[in-house]
Amino acid sequence: MKLKKLPLSGGEAISYALKQVDVDVFAMYPITPQTPIIESYSMHVKNKEVSTEVILVESEHSALSTVIGSAASGARSVTATASQGLMYMYELLSVASGFRLPIVMPVANRAISAPINIHCDHSDAMACLDQGWMMVFCENAQEAYEMTLFSFRLAESINLPIMICIDGFYTSHNVENLEVYEDKIVKQFVGEYKPNYNLLDTKNPVSVGSLALPNTFFEIKIEMFEAFLKVKEHFLKISKDFKKTFKKNIKIYEEYFTKDAEIIIVLMSSTAESTKNIIDRLRSKGKKVGLLRPILFRPFIYKEYNKSLKNAKEIIVLDRAEGPGSSAPLYKEIKLSVCDNNKKINLTSYVFGLGGRDLFEKDIEELLVSFINKKPLKEKYLGRKK
Amino acid sequence: MNYIELAKKIDERKAIIPGHRTCPGCPIAIILRIAYASTDKKIITASATSCAEVTTTIYPYTSWNEPFIHSVFANAAATISGVETAYRALKKKGKIKEDIKFMAFAGDGGAFDIGLQSLSGALERGHDFVFICYDNEGYQNTGAQRSSATPYSAQTTTTPGGKEEYQKDLAKIAIAHKIPYVATANPGNILDMQEKFRKAFEKKGPAVIIVYAACPTNMKAPEDLTIDISKLATETNFWPLYEYEDGKYKINYKPKNKKPIQEFLKMQTKFKDVLKNKEEVKKIQKRIDDDFEELLKLEKAFPLK
Repeated sequence: MKLKKLPLSGGEAISYALKQVDVDVFAMYPITPQTPIIESYSMHVKNKEVSTEVILVESEHSALSTVIGSAASGARSVTATASQGLMYMYELLSVASGFRLPIVMPVANRAISAPINIHCDHSDAMACLDQGWMMVFCENAQEAYEMTLFSFRLAESINLPIMICIDGFYTSHNVENLEVYEDKIVKQFVGEYKPNYNLLDTKNPVSVGSLALPNTFFEIKIEMFEAFLKVKEHFLKISKDFKKTFKKNIKIYEEYFTKDAEIIIVLMSSTAESTKNIIDRLRSKGKKVGLLRPILFRPFIYKEYNKSLKNAKEIIVLDRAEGPGSSAPLYKEIKLSVCDNNKKINLTSYVFGLGGRDLFEKDIEELLVSFINKKPLKEKYLGRKK
Repeated sequence: MNYIELAKKIDERKAIIPGHRTCPGCPIAIILRIAYASTDKKIITASATSCAEVTTTIYPYTSWNEPFIHSVFANAAATISGVETAYRALKKKGKIKEDIKFMAFAGDGGAFDIGLQSLSGALERGHDFVFICYDNEGYQNTGAQRSSATPYSAQTTTTPGGKEEYQKDLAKIAIAHKIPYVATANPGNILDMQEKFRKAFEKKGPAVIIVYAACPTNMKAPEDLTIDISKLATETNFWPLYEYEDGKYKINYKPKNKKPIQEFLKMQTKFKDVLKNKEEVKKIQKRIDDDFEELLKLEKAFPLK
């Protein structure tokens, strides 16, 4: 297989994947920092590289409404958003999953108002956790590109929608030297979309979105909940096929020196790249530190995480979102992953980077060293100004 | 089409089959059946959350014999935009051969209020679909609350003292988009309504038809008087029948002996208080006369032959 190298931002990388898939319908409504996705796709349309019907809607509410309509009509359908846009779509999230539509939606993670802020954090995605969408968080443009190709197979194999999250600006706008695969092989891997039902099939008319009363509602919902239990199996199966086709692994999570680590830092998305540099540095000094980076966040595969975490003494969880009056979302999941263990593991929650506040390598190093020295940082909010 | 032909068409098509649970005297099923009888092509309908939706789709049953989708309250027009776009995408790829028509169906809440933005967006984008609003003058499904389509002085459960504002003019809002076709219709004039649906489905691009839909349940009117009340709505010029086609206007019915508005108001309990106030009734009458005068001027200036 021939590989091509292209300088692309994360947004453009996702758009490139969507172009290779040549989706049927793409509903667009601009919001920073999702714009590189829709702007570059619009150029693919202009250059006649795709046969997609683009629909330029008047809001995110209509963006997701539109692709619910098109996906229910048997068309491979995507939209992309961020922040307030995702909040504005919220009403439709449970409709997309309730209809069991395999919609693929890239999200360039950004803070949510108020105060208004256009920069990265994970509060937007974390506000939408349990609406029946699968969610993946990508580290960089390369992963976002591959995950986009992978997502169609996953979503369509299990009839659930999926959000592909990338860090706003850090990933959406930064340019990487990307490895892309041949169009033909991508097309073969993704295959034809065979919908479960199709409004355009007038010979077999369906009523979608009926009123379900207490005698039927519960079972319909349970069927969707139980689909999530099968995601892992589907994920691993498609991942094998991905490896066979592209010689690349698509993972549920990434482990970096976790095997013998006494201290494991858990965090997601682009922050992992700089964290790995610190781990390398501390490892060269003989410190047993490691990184665990969840990629698939919904469903959260608790058992798997416990395997990598159970031998650690200290687990440090860094969230790019807070749970006011409760706990930060990633921290909660990690705690649930290890809570049944007999052995006591210390877990500490930190929150960083809200509204695009930078977290520097030195901050991560300082944090890890504080644990190595058995004097963990007391300030929960990393980078907080005094 | 005459009444017999129309009745035959409805019977052959069987688009909305019996068993639905609309209230006695409700005109929703009449409107839908006539819409489906107005084209020979299959129709895919997207409905807003509404009386129509909750009474026709109680799972696992459905009254819809042709493809139907309901998503949420605000997005009937956006949903049908997606369906129609999928149709174009798949037709282009040769995956669909059939010619299909598209319809969005909403009450006044799903059109005048919460659905207005998605309606305006779909009209501006120019999707090929027919938007039918059945205007029953309020949120009847939730127990007769006020909407922006509720007429001045009407008592609702959220305006028990009578509504203080006049209703919004959705037809004019639709016309402002300069779409190919906009019309008002009324089940009190079945053949006029059918002809408008036929035209709307034949037009390429968006069409909007706003249909008067009496609600005997919440008007507290006898359920066998739906059509009589509907007829009075037009005989009093409260609900003038007109159409806007490619920039030109036509008033389809001009009452020879226009009836005073009291005749219409007194059929409905929701106007019982205002009827006691002569000055208020005069005010309502003047507004109706002014509105009709404006329509006559439009028709004169831009006549549709």
